[in-house]
Amino acid sequence: MPEHVASIKMYVGVFLALMVGTALTVFAAKVDLGAWNDIVMLTIAVTKAVLVILFFMHVKYSTRLTALTAVGGFFFLAILICLTLNDYLSRFELLGPLVPGK
Amino acid sequence: MASTAYDRHLEGLAAPHGGHHPSLQHQFDSLEQQKESSTLGMWMFLITEIMFFGGLFTAYVIYRSTLHGVFAEASHELNVTLGALNTAVLIGSSLTMALAIRAAQVNRQKLILLFLVLTILLGTTFLGVKTIEYRDKFHHHLVPGPHFAPAEAALQQVADKAQIFFSLYFIMTGIHALHMIIGIGVLLWLLVLSWKGRFDSTYYNPLECAGLYWHFVDIVWIFLFPLLYLIGAHTH
Repeated sequence: MPEHVASIKMYVGVFLALMVGTALTVFAAKVDLGAWNDIVMLTIAVTKAVLVILFFMHVKYSTRLTALTAVGGFFFLAILICLTLNDYLSRFELLGPLVPGK
Repeated sequence: MASTAYDRHLEGLAAPHGGHHPSLQHQFDSLEQQKESSTLGMWMFLITEIMFFGGLFTAYVIYRSTLHGVFAEASHELNVTLGALNTAVLIGSSLTMALAIRAAQVNRQKLILLFLVLTILLGTTFLGVKTIEYRDKFHHHLVPGPHFAPAEAALQQVADKAQIFFSLYFIMTGIHALHMIIGIGVLLWLLVLSWKGRFDSTYYNPLECAGLYWHFVDIVWIFLFPLLYLIGAHTH
């Protein structure tokens, strides 16, 4: 079967990158960066997730159909979060705070 | 004569079990097609999982955008050291899972067993640490409900709103832990099949699909850890 067999070195490399990412996010969270704390935190988390998807989940070596399906899943997620936030951040302002007595 | 799918089908009828790979289901033309189908099907299932957790993450984003300060204060009650330890344990289990599949790809049957056992052990370690964390939350009266009574004065003043954070914490990590338990169950089943020598470089679809599920659960935790444990770290 013409299957791509990735090297052990590659898997360990991805593992180490994920560990460094974890250490980095813990360290960055302790520094007060204002609004940038969330941006740094999510950038590291997304990078780690992409590493897992590409290498551990073999999307890098899979067919385009599988890759497109994987991307599609996160596209739906973006629609879910963005459209819901559109509603909550705009409409509910007019009705008052989400939680009474904020 | 060109060998079409129909020709191969007729050959299959002529010799029901001769010449066929024992793991090739009759509705597929080839092992490649079978593997592609199962991988694609698994990803379709994972899309529904992304949307399932996505709803919870959306709820988190909405409440946090409204209760930013309360969430940071409540997050401080979580144990960053145990959370980071569990992140490392889960990433390690993803590595061993990937190596179990690689062992199948290179026909190392004993290594499949070894790496599956390691993955199960690391998954169990994660659940053990999670149990310790949950126990501490019960001891510190941080479980939402009538007995919610945080010791921290800053949290007492906003107890109602802080309960929203802890509700999200218990629902999100609880459902994540449920996925881990199901994953360990699946891996135990695959351990038995591996023991029987069912997987090799020609056929390891169940390992591949279980791997996809396991890595997905890892990704959920990659987001849960900073969003729950780290959002209050810089305020103290």
